[in-house]
Amino acid sequence: MSINRKELEEIATLAQLNIPEDQTEEITASLNQVMGMIEHINDANTDAVEPMANPIGGQQQIRADEVTDQSHKDELLKLATHADEDHYLVPKVIE
Amino acid sequence: MINLSIRQLSEMLQEQQISAQELCAVYYDRCVAHNETTHALITQRQELCAAEMLQAEKGIETGQLLAGIPLAHKDLFCTRGIKTTCGSKMLAEFIPPYDATAVARLKHAGMINLAKTNMDEFAMGSSNEHSAFNPVNNPWDLSRVPGGSSGGSAAAVAARMVPVATGSDTGGSIRQPAAFCGITGIKPSYGRVSRYGMVAFASSLDQGGVMAVSADDCGLVLAAMTGHDPLDSTSAPEKPLQWKKPNDTSLKGLKVGVTQVWIDSLQDGGVKKRTLEAIEYFKQQGAEIIDINLPHADLAVSAYYVLAPAECSSNLSRFDGVRFGHQANDAHNLESLYRQSRSEGFGSEVKKRIMIGAWALSAGYYDAYYLKAQKVRRLISEDFKQAFAEVDVIACPVSPELPFKHGEKADGVSMYQADKFTIPASLAGLPCLSMPIGFSEGLPVGLQLIGGYFDEQSILSVADKYQQDHDHHLRIPEAFV
Repeated sequence: MSINRKELEEIATLAQLNIPEDQTEEITASLNQVMGMIEHINDANTDAVEPMANPIGGQQQIRADEVTDQSHKDELLKLATHADEDHYLVPKVIE
Repeated sequence: MINLSIRQLSEMLQEQQISAQELCAVYYDRCVAHNETTHALITQRQELCAAEMLQAEKGIETGQLLAGIPLAHKDLFCTRGIKTTCGSKMLAEFIPPYDATAVARLKHAGMINLAKTNMDEFAMGSSNEHSAFNPVNNPWDLSRVPGGSSGGSAAAVAARMVPVATGSDTGGSIRQPAAFCGITGIKPSYGRVSRYGMVAFASSLDQGGVMAVSADDCGLVLAAMTGHDPLDSTSAPEKPLQWKKPNDTSLKGLKVGVTQVWIDSLQDGGVKKRTLEAIEYFKQQGAEIIDINLPHADLAVSAYYVLAPAECSSNLSRFDGVRFGHQANDAHNLESLYRQSRSEGFGSEVKKRIMIGAWALSAGYYDAYYLKAQKVRRLISEDFKQAFAEVDVIACPVSPELPFKHGEKADGVSMYQADKFTIPASLAGLPCLSMPIGFSEGLPVGLQLIGGYFDEQSILSVADKYQQDHDHHLRIPEAFV
């Protein structure tokens, strides 16, 4: 598996990243190198093998759906670059 | 003072030979003196927290073993009111409003946080060259890397800037830097240490752990970090680890599994020689050495570089420039705000892994790569299960090579392949540690011990026994004595 320039642009869109024009070639080559390495997983016969999502076998510990904490609105809003008293502020979405 | 064990320091504190304030001052001064050469720390606390000091003093009065012992946290553990950068420009100004569970538990035990340690950006790297805040230098040779991603923690302990530090390990990020810096580092079983408040890289692999001088020090601190945490749904419903330093130190009858194929593959003569010597020591102590087979382990690096980037692309999607983290200042719409903020905030290695992950999870490739890699992960995990039906612990190399020079591995894939001995146990979620077993060309060599799921006690006990008969772990690089 290897990708070309057009596919790199599609991946960059999925990843919400910009690729500078002068780095396109280098990044494509670098991703292709990793993709070449990844191909080795096809050496394994995985017929009838169950995928393993994590080592705990899907036994996640779910908490009761109860309010356990107070609101930290002010502390959390303070972390944003742009916010008013109640909202995160972003560039205009609807013209 | 700087080479005393945690038990010895604790005794001095309990007997009032030194105060917590004085002990912290010794290490604080070393942090100041050595950070310029090592770059091991990103943030040094300017003054110690009065509340932490009070907790420490209370703990000393009530005989809490860790009370008053200073430490540093890897800069991906959220620390309330203290910058937590994750080694990234993206979080350069991020000050968390809460503590990670591991941080809170060690604070509760009376430990005092002196600093936040340097790391590869978002824990992605094996050399610490991918930090946005200077590459870390290995205290044994400043022209060489300390390993990664917990290279700052490893260098800080090796230079005795702190007696112990937290680390995190996704594919080898505690064990490899511990080996490169000549210290002891343990990654516990997946689910042992809460991931709440640890900035996520790959959620099914990430585990917090400890880096210290000795296995006993690691065991004491790790025990205080463990136990079920309702704030992390993958935290195992287990009681906290009870590290018991063994009274009977014999290895007689212990079944030590050895991956002979891995040892035979070692190109570095020094690493091979030290590894064989350590195994010979186990044999002389009465352990039974059993050659084990992990037939699918060769595929571990390939499977890992599908799974870890896939999880990373999902986890790091939260960095959109809106709620926290870097925000681009000239975006004209929401889409460009996301893309510009992420493109400016993330470094090249992080971007590369996000793109690999986005590709592996995309329509048309999900089954062929992501699902396939999860199946390979199962095969590797089953290999370990079969091995542990025959053996108590597995002993194998940590890294195939000695610490390398800065810039030596410009090719990303050769850096990835260097983790081939640490990634298999990570995929299986097993506890594993690295301990120093001597030197080659003046540089430290580590040995990896892997245990059965939730059997940290066995690997720590074997390492503790080894360290009673050897003093490699007590060596300090000359420039830092």
